[in-house]
Amino acid sequence: MKILIVDDFSTMRRIIKNLMRDLGFNNTSEADDGKTALPMLQAGGFDFLITDWNMPGMQGIDLLKAVRADPKLATLPVLMVTAEAKREQIVEAAQAGVNGYVVKPFTAATLKEKIDKIFERIESAK
Amino acid sequence: MSELNNHMEECLSIVRALSESIEEGNEDEVDRLLDEITKLRESSLFQEVGKLTRQLHETLNSFQVDSRILSLAESDIPDAKERLNYVITMTEQSANITLNAVEKALPISEQLKEQSSSLEKKWDRFRQRQMPVNEFRELSGEIGEFMVWTARNAEHLHEHLSDVMMAQDFQDLTGQIIRRVINMVQEVESGLVELIRISGQRMITVEKSGANKNSIEGDGPRIPGCESHKDRVSGQDDVDDLLSSLGF
Repeated sequence: MKILIVDDFSTMRRIIKNLMRDLGFNNTSEADDGKTALPMLQAGGFDFLITDWNMPGMQGIDLLKAVRADPKLATLPVLMVTAEAKREQIVEAAQAGVNGYVVKPFTAATLKEKIDKIFERIESAK
Repeated sequence: MSELNNHMEECLSIVRALSESIEEGNEDEVDRLLDEITKLRESSLFQEVGKLTRQLHETLNSFQVDSRILSLAESDIPDAKERLNYVITMTEQSANITLNAVEKALPISEQLKEQSSSLEKKWDRFRQRQMPVNEFRELSGEIGEFMVWTARNAEHLHEHLSDVMMAQDFQDLTGQIIRRVINMVQEVESGLVELIRISGQRMITVEKSGANKNSIEGDGPRIPGCESHKDRVSGQDDVDDLLSSLGF
């Protein structure tokens, strides 16, 4: 399983990368905003996307919308990990088709729980 | 000046034509010329209204700058203080979590070192066949205990290291907050520059009108404590401060 982690802060990317390794996901790549992430995703090979919301260049919500609009990527599971905590933002992400939403600061247990839930849903949908 | 002359000449030519038409008794022509004079009047009225509108627009614009500065002072700056206090809280929390985890992990690493070096010495004696059977039984028990202890404490170390890692999330969150405060400071700065530009213009006009009323007469050196000298600067520093407050 190959995972793309998108966040403009390298410290947060490293934290998520290490947490994912703890959960048994060793194959991760990183991008610092939507603009760099989208071509990487379009090049193919990724099975999971973890993205921040607030980033310079292309924001996470726009990356999510671009992913859903791309026929090749439309079904890619997307987890949003962000400090954006307004109700309307969470609603917007949900409407755009996000699979999970984790608000920073978060714990390792929360991240694990949300990822497990996403995979459970994908399994049961099969 | 030439515009005014043109205007007067135009009026004059219409009035001449008008008096001729009246003498000739040409009623239609008289009406037409009267209309023309009215139009001339109206066009200069429109110009005045135009000027007034422009002034009003500019004044309203300068009010907008003022009200933005007001909202910066009333809500954004206290808000920024709150945000920066939160940054202090978060960095402090992270530092404490990190230090706590390190304080728990260090004794584990020390114990690990002590126990393994004690076992190593005994193991060496066993390998050199210098160990009686009874003692070997004891050693074998110790090795068993050590392995259980190591497995358990490796887990603890992992927990503590994870705590240290998670505590670093402050960098992202405080970074976002500080970025916003920097943006606000930049906005305050440009607002102040704009305000100085506007009020600076007013000050220059006030100075000019003041200078007209009572032209600057020599008044001698400043006298400290003198009531009528209160409006004077107290030294070069004040001069420099005043100038720099005006944007120099």
